[in-house]
Amino acid sequence: MRVSFTVNGRPQEADDVWEGESLLYVLRERLGLPGSKNACEQGECGSCTVRLDGVPVCSCLVAAGQVEGREVVTVEGLADFAKQRAERGGCASGACGTSLQDAQGWAAQGQDSQTGEGAELSPVQQAFIDAGAVQCGFCTPGLLVAADEMLERNPNPSDADIREALSGNLCRCTGYETIMDAVRLAAARQGEVV
Amino acid sequence: MDFLRPASWEEALAAKAEHPTAVPIAGGTDVMVEINFDHRRPEYLLDLNRIGDLEEWEVGAESVRLGASVPYTKIMENLRGELPGLALASHTVASPQIRNRGGVGGNLGTASPAGDAHPALLAAGAEVEVESVRGSRLIPIDEFYTGVKRNALAADELIRAVRIKKADGPQQYSKVGTRNAMVIAVCAFGLALHPETRTVRTGIGSAAPTPVRAKVAEEFLNAALEEGGFWDNGKIITPSVAKQFADLCAGACNPIDDVRGTASYRRHAVGVMARRTLTWTWESYRGTAARTEGVA
Ligand SMILES: Cc1cc2nc3c(=O)[nH]c(=O)nc-3n(C[C@H](O)[C@H](O)[C@H](O)COP(=O)(O)OP(=O)(O)OC[C@H]3O[C@@H](n4cnc5c(N)ncnc54)[C@H](O)[C@@H]3O)c2cc1C
Ligand code: FES
Ligand code: FES
Repeated sequence: MRVSFTVNGRPQEADDVWEGESLLYVLRERLGLPGSKNACEQGECGSCTVRLDGVPVCSCLVAAGQVEGREVVTVEGLADFAKQRAERGGCASGACGTSLQDAQGWAAQGQDSQTGEGAELSPVQQAFIDAGAVQCGFCTPGLLVAADEMLERNPNPSDADIREALSGNLCRCTGYETIMDAVRLAAARQGEVV
Repeated sequence: MDFLRPASWEEALAAKAEHPTAVPIAGGTDVMVEINFDHRRPEYLLDLNRIGDLEEWEVGAESVRLGASVPYTKIMENLRGELPGLALASHTVASPQIRNRGGVGGNLGTASPAGDAHPALLAAGAEVEVESVRGSRLIPIDEFYTGVKRNALAADELIRAVRIKKADGPQQYSKVGTRNAMVIAVCAFGLALHPETRTVRTGIGSAAPTPVRAKVAEEFLNAALEEGGFWDNGKIITPSVAKQFADLCAGACNPIDDVRGTASYRRHAVGVMARRTLTWTWESYRGTAARTEGVA
């Protein structure tokens, strides 16, 4: 079957999709977006986290056919997505999440959403690098998408809030402390800008 | 495989009538795991995501009509006051990503003895609203679970909603697992005080082939509370009564040994959770009772 949906603000079509295929498979194997990782395919690790109509979900557990006509943001689109959000003043303007309008505005920027090339890093991405929160990097895309969404909802998270928001993402390398540091850093920088 | 994509509830019922083997998919957090691992190759997948009605809830005078696909996150955010037990249970499910997709309809569809919604529904009191092209019926929650991962749905029926009694007193939910997130219950316990009817209801998860109530324990406690005038005097429940209640709850289990825990551990843990949740809810009931008296 064919599935038409919006990925990182641009309309996309995937053909020859098998009916039992996951969104993760479509993103990686049909659209050439390998940022979302496949580690467990059973919802346990969070490395495949994307936003579906603004909501963080495990893309390995969404059937491809279920995303017809809907909007997906992957880690490849995160930098532009965060930039757009910042330019509109974040949640205060009501432009929170991946509204169609946001997505359309974002698509008009002419940056390569497929590879993310040419885009600056989002604050969360930069903070992960600065805090040394990336080792093998396999868990990183899922954590970035989840952490970015939490900071959008909750610009001033407590440590408990961070742990809760990231409780669906496993990391085998870092021991999580540097990840905590990175999210605290991103939150602090976000606070300075406002 | 065929992917059926009904745009309305009526279309979904018609599709299910035409293809009774079709597997409904809501959040997909159970169905997709089975497909990804080749444990299931349904002929038809019946997508329910397009049916907006299933994601809505109505708060009535007596009960909440909770659409089958309302995700756990929405229950935690919006229905903590009306459905405290279910909201607490929802919070223990998996992770934010899973709670954003999975809901009570899927939990009932799977009918795993370990499903976290079940003890809360049993304790609160609920009816499952199911429908087919033949018509609609309400299945009392006590009759819904018919065996290990089996429920009372007919092949052409879908779950439209769950009608859950609004809380008229404190409710608690307790779950044993190895960490706070992403844990299938070793065993679980839900308890609801119903001061209006002066009854206590329970729900036990993962300690019998189906989710069950501890009915003998409930009857014992209801009689003991009545006899001692506890609902009126708001006294601390006598330790011997709490212990007897806990023992009877443990006795209501019919657990097995498996990778998550042994039968005897489960029985023991259910007893401990029964005593704790009774103490927590009763303390909270006494607190409110004392406040109302103080005001009057
Ligand atoms: C990593 C992970 C962790 C988990 N942890 C927990 C946990 O801690 N506690 C817990 O209880 N569960 C847990 N689960 C299981 C799952 O998330 C829940 O059972 C959830 O409630 C399923 O909801 P869903 O909408 O995703 O169901 P789906 O997967 O869409 O469907 C589940 C079943 O219900 C049927 N169904 C769905 N909707 C309907 C309907 N309207 N009418 C008739 N049948 C229907 C489907 O055909 C299927 O058989 C976990 C799952 C994963 C992947
Ligand atoms: S690959 Fe989806 S949660 Fe692990
Ligand atoms: S950095 Fe290797 S899994 Fe997290």
